[in-house]
Amino acid sequence: MALSAVLRPGHVCLRVLDLEAAIVHYRDRLGLQETDRDDQGRVYFKGWDEQDWFSVVLREAPEPGMDYLGFRVLNEAHLARYEAALRAFGCQVERIPAGELRHCGARVRFDSPTGHWFELYASKDCKGNGLGRLNPNPWPEDLKGMQPSRFDHCLIYGDDLDGTVRLFREVLEFDLTEQIMEGELMVGAFLTCSNKAHDIAIIRHAEKGRFHHASFLLGTWEEVLRAADLISMHDIPLDIGPTRHGITRGRTIYFFDPSGNRNEVFCGDYTWYADHQPITWTTDQLGRAIFFHDRKLNERFLSVVT
Amino acid sequence: MDTHFEVLIEDTAERFICQPNDSVLKGMERLSRCDIPVGCRGGGCGVCKVQVIHGQYLRRRMSRAHIGDAEAAAGIGLACCLVPLSHLTLRVVRAPCAPLFGARRPQNSAPVSPGSPRPHKE
Repeated sequence: MALSAVLRPGHVCLRVLDLEAAIVHYRDRLGLQETDRDDQGRVYFKGWDEQDWFSVVLREAPEPGMDYLGFRVLNEAHLARYEAALRAFGCQVERIPAGELRHCGARVRFDSPTGHWFELYASKDCKGNGLGRLNPNPWPEDLKGMQPSRFDHCLIYGDDLDGTVRLFREVLEFDLTEQIMEGELMVGAFLTCSNKAHDIAIIRHAEKGRFHHASFLLGTWEEVLRAADLISMHDIPLDIGPTRHGITRGRTIYFFDPSGNRNEVFCGDYTWYADHQPITWTTDQLGRAIFFHDRKLNERFLSVVT
Repeated sequence: MDTHFEVLIEDTAERFICQPNDSVLKGMERLSRCDIPVGCRGGGCGVCKVQVIHGQYLRRRMSRAHIGDAEAAAGIGLACCLVPLSHLTLRVVRAPCAPLFGARRPQNSAPVSPGSPRPHKE
């Protein structure tokens, strides 16, 4: 199979300390579209070019971080197949009924060796991108903020990197696109279910279940620079950038939401095909692997997580 | 009333003035100082932990993962979430430096061989 029956990262549920401040950040600054709220107080968002009803869900909680990352799969048959395979792998697996997240079909939730929770689902209501499917315009005019077209991927930190990499490769049929090696020890893994340079990335870390960032796609380097302008115009806490990653080649900027969850907006990577071989980065050249221009390790970027 | 309060870092005897309504960390960053480590600036990461020894302050919401009730009662908080209401004296509570990429390989986990081909798919 050239591509996994896992289609894409479809939603990320983030915990925030102050929901109202987070809504202003994600809707007006980052520039996602608010698409719903539910009776649990959760707020739903999407990027403008996403068809599905939502891709980001915010929940107010006493600790920020990631509740779970969900992936859309091709259909119910593949969902059932993956569910059985996850149980066979040894994951804790539970079925969450359709509608628990509004507009989303039944979800298969499972844990992982790094302590993160993930979900698979096969259906979600279509909201559309507002342009229609008959002779459409190329972009909508009513966008705010940085205007990302979609939620793209997450980077997570956890202890048993090898176990979670095996879970994604062997059970969910992801490809390893790039890896960071310290001798024979893998310390970073970049994995795709599609043709992207990564749909999820994992870094080895002392603690389980940590969240490094959620990333959103822009179209051009000029849009990354415009995002940097907005970060200063609105005094958003900057992490690092604009710059380029060696790993994945992304042109990028990182910043924090009002609860300390890191966000990235980026453009550009390359097209992965299943016959390609993984790229390897060695930790003795980690500086340029991570930030290709200044080639220095940045302690905050490497160590600050929620 | 003068709302420009002075922050004294007891460890280093360094002082800086906070602008009104700025957190301790924000006030420090405005002056391009680096007395307190700077992380997410949103109360999430726990990097800028301090203990207030003297003075009054307002506490904004911060992660319970880093500041529990007992710590809060002892005047410990994240500098990005503490807003001076008077002159403050504080100590920096430096978290132990976690090793990059964790300590070592967890038990019961076989290594993934570097650059190995994709697992066979049925």
